[in-house]
Amino acid sequence: MTDDTALHLDELHARLEQRAQDAGLLDVAYRTVDSPVGELLLATTERGIVRIAFQREGFDEVLQTLSAKVSPRVLRSPALLDDAATELDEYFEGKRRGFDLPLDFSLSHGFRRAVQGILPTIAYGSTASYAQVAAAAGSPRAMRAVGSACATNPLPLVVPCHRVLRTDGSLGGYAGGLEAKSTLLHLEAAA
Amino acid sequence: MMLLPFETVVRTHGRTVLRVCLSVAGADDADDAWSETFLSAMDAYPKLPNDANVEAWLVTIARRKAIDVVRARGRKPITVERLPEEPSTLGIPGALDDERAAAETVARAVSALPGRQRQAVTYHYLGGLPYQEVADIIGGTTDAARRAAADGIRALRRTMGARP
Repeated sequence: MTDDTALHLDELHARLEQRAQDAGLLDVAYRTVDSPVGELLLATTERGIVRIAFQREGFDEVLQTLSAKVSPRVLRSPALLDDAATELDEYFEGKRRGFDLPLDFSLSHGFRRAVQGILPTIAYGSTASYAQVAAAAGSPRAMRAVGSACATNPLPLVVPCHRVLRTDGSLGGYAGGLEAKSTLLHLEAAA
Repeated sequence: MMLLPFETVVRTHGRTVLRVCLSVAGADDADDAWSETFLSAMDAYPKLPNDANVEAWLVTIARRKAIDVVRARGRKPITVERLPEEPSTLGIPGALDDERAAAETVARAVSALPGRQRQAVTYHYLGGLPYQEVADIIGGTTDAARRAAADGIRALRRTMGARP
């Protein structure tokens, strides 16, 4: 078929996004955005942002997981993520120190969910050790579990797991790669 | 096998569904039929069996929605001129749930057919495309498309134990 058909299908897709949302069928909307740490995938439910993913995690896999764990009614629908995209842009430009986005933690449970709830208390530009976060979570010896909670954080950047380092100050791990973690820490230190 | 994200379904089958909508409803109503098809499919999608033949399922919905859209405008569906001459044993019952269940049963049987037979049956019998358009999609002549569909229907009658 022709390019005209491709354009026509894009128009039909845009109309479907609107109608699916009006009908309450759009369970998971997503889009991608460019950033200094590579392309990011943003996904939202009716409740709030449910997933932010780095390209190296594999967007197809991330979407498949959302389909299995949240709902298969997943549609690319950029308009619903305009606010999130804008706030992230401002953050990467050094103009924003915190996020005002509704969050949906339905991909996290138990201790991990508790740890991810504590991470936003680590202020912009500062860092904490895995041990300190474990202590703040009320389980001072659960450093390893804190590490897992950071590694499985479904909402990186917005839930700032990049601000958690090893006790000796070394980077530890990061779903977006160590280079991304270091980029974010430098960005926050410079702003 | 888990259900794919619905976005993948729309991207993979959007063109085929549009073809069916154009063929059955005509250019004026094809867009509405396409939207109705994917809205209805998105609604039902979480309950679709993992092994369902998604293309046959969608094409079946598309044809029904295209006919609905045209009827709602008080016109005759274009498809009336193109219905197969023999009565089809793949008739779609009226009730919505029955209709879905029947569509899924047929879709599963169709998915077991060899490639060209499967496509010819899907596009012609489920989608209502004339053989000439079926041939455009699957390649080969109009007659070859007709033969593939006929072979497919014969095989389906055997596997589904349908009355002749």
